[in-house]
Amino acid sequence: MATQHSRSAARIMMAPAVTLLLGWMLVPLIATLYLSFRDYRPMRGGDLGFAGLENYTRFIGSSSFWPSILTTLIIVGGVLAITIVFGVLLALLLDRPMWGQGVVRILVIAPFFVMPTVSALVWKNMFMDPTNGLLAHLWRFFGADPVVWMSEQSLLSIIIIVSWQWLPFATLILLTAIQSLDGEQLEASEMDGAPTLARFWYIILPHLSRAITIVLLIQTIFLLSIFAEIFVTTGGAFGTKTLTYLIFQRISESQAVGLGSAGGVYAIILANIVAIFLMRIVGKNLD
Amino acid sequence: MGRITLDKVTKRFGDVEVIPPLDLTIEDGEFVVFVGPSGCGKSTLLRLIAGLEDVSGGQIRIDGQDATELPPAKRGLAMVFQSYALYPHMTVRKNIAFPLKMAKMDQAEIDKRVNNAASVLNLTNYLDRRPGQLSGGQRQRVAIGRSIVREPAAFLFDEPLSNLDAALRVGMRLEISELHKRLETTMIYVTHDQVEAMTMADKIVVLQAGVIEQVGSPLELYKSPKNKFVAGFIGSPKMNFIEGQEAAKYDAHTIGIRPEHLAASATEGAWKGTVGVSEHLGSDTFLYVHDTGLGEALTVRVSGEFNLRHGDTVYLTPEADKIHRFNAEGLSI
Ligand SMILES: Nc1ncnc2c1ncn2[C@@H]1O[C@H](COP(=O)(O)OP(=O)(O)OP(=O)(O)O)[C@@H](O)[C@H]1O
Ligand SMILES: [Mg+2]
Repeated sequence: MATQHSRSAARIMMAPAVTLLLGWMLVPLIATLYLSFRDYRPMRGGDLGFAGLENYTRFIGSSSFWPSILTTLIIVGGVLAITIVFGVLLALLLDRPMWGQGVVRILVIAPFFVMPTVSALVWKNMFMDPTNGLLAHLWRFFGADPVVWMSEQSLLSIIIIVSWQWLPFATLILLTAIQSLDGEQLEASEMDGAPTLARFWYIILPHLSRAITIVLLIQTIFLLSIFAEIFVTTGGAFGTKTLTYLIFQRISESQAVGLGSAGGVYAIILANIVAIFLMRIVGKNLD
Repeated sequence: MGRITLDKVTKRFGDVEVIPPLDLTIEDGEFVVFVGPSGCGKSTLLRLIAGLEDVSGGQIRIDGQDATELPPAKRGLAMVFQSYALYPHMTVRKNIAFPLKMAKMDQAEIDKRVNNAASVLNLTNYLDRRPGQLSGGQRQRVAIGRSIVREPAAFLFDEPLSNLDAALRVGMRLEISELHKRLETTMIYVTHDQVEAMTMADKIVVLQAGVIEQVGSPLELYKSPKNKFVAGFIGSPKMNFIEGQEAAKYDAHTIGIRPEHLAASATEGAWKGTVGVSEHLGSDTFLYVHDTGLGEALTVRVSGEFNLRHGDTVYLTPEADKIHRFNAEGLSI
């Protein structure tokens, strides 16, 4: 029913929102791009003029660059794998009728409401502390030497902490997906002679594929930029320096805003590569 | 083989007894239709036979073997669901092949059977499509295909045609009857539809609140219903019931007369009334006659056209030998 008139009216009405959104995205993007071509050091003389591509070559030439990309990918990949596998299992569990379902569901969602800084500190000091942490006590109970999590298993520690935070999100989305599965399909497969595992593999998992892709996409976007968890635990030491953290160090510790901005542009590129890669998978799943 | 015996089968959901102890025998190769009002337990009974629900008491035997505790897959039955329950992410071929794959049959045999079923059901051209790309009738055929490849002892259908439009329903009805004639396998079929029940069944089971009211061939139920409920349920339009003085003339508490056994005339007859709505179907005309002094409006079925108008006076005469008589408990006398 869209007449010429109503269409142009719609355009005018959408204009403020579109402009605002564009500004919201464009201003920081342009500022980053601009700064990445300047030699800008706030505490050491301010803007020292045009730098050409030097920031870019220096950032990529630093010995920390490639390891930081690798660390980023390992953390993102690890967290995705853990949250999706356990998310599916938890969702299956929560889908079953059980006593106290409402309370259990709220408890499962709870970690999502805890601020990343707080949860990372809780994990670091209460669970993973090598002398007083619960895990240390557990290890000692079984007669093993406690793991010095933050230095010996630093990457794993961060993956565990971040997974704990994102598991509720994955579980929640996967749970709603499981609940939307037609019960008759499961009954039909039961009559067709499919045992439990086959039912999961051939009926439930394909039904979940869409939800899994969505979890994958949304989480990746957020996981590429995790920061607080690293900041309050290892501070980027012991091989936990992600690209985001490296940029942070360049800007705040080395006071090289131009260099950091160039890193920001690389981060945008990395995010896009990952996104294109994911979209390929998603495209196959969403037809 | 597919002889199914229910022996004092009971089903309770919590405190509610949906099916009180029930006995029923379904012979091998029979086409049995369960009918009854909504909520009377038809689907529940079917699901008990399928093994999708556990019985609360009693025994289910398939070919003489106790199957009460067997899981659905081990009973050798196939079920076609009302919603078809096709697997949306698999092609038609994979859908049909799924039960065979689960039975770990070898691929050559699977292909042979799937192609065979597809040609029987006119699905050969659609084998590589997904269920989402099929029409309702085609989906229904895929669901049937998926159930026939296993060569089950019996087929269970739960209102399989209720999602289809009228024309397609007639077509599929014929196809299922045709399939039954060819396979000669036991079929149990749940429906709301009078016509489906009457035309397809070897044996109709009329249920009310989980209780079997009568079992018999369609014509048996039509001609000699055991009670008022069956009389009113089988036949369309519904049988007319008359109580009081008029019934007492026939030594009964209630008499029943089917609309097609009432003769209508503009000039003379046993009962006088006024024409209400008349429905013209072309082949027949249904008259709703009011103010007869016999209680509720009477329905009359007249062959062909009938040209009395709304408000005209009409005289009705029942065919004496077609009157059904019921006692105060509603049982036939
Ligand atoms: N899972 C269940 N829990 C509790 N009560 C149930 C359950 N399933 C069915 N019932 C009850 O059992 C009775 C019979 O249900 P059923 O589905 O067998 O009816 P039906 O004859 O198939 O009806 P329809 O013709 O509408 O499909 C109904 O009163 C229903 O409310
Ligand atoms: Mg039903």
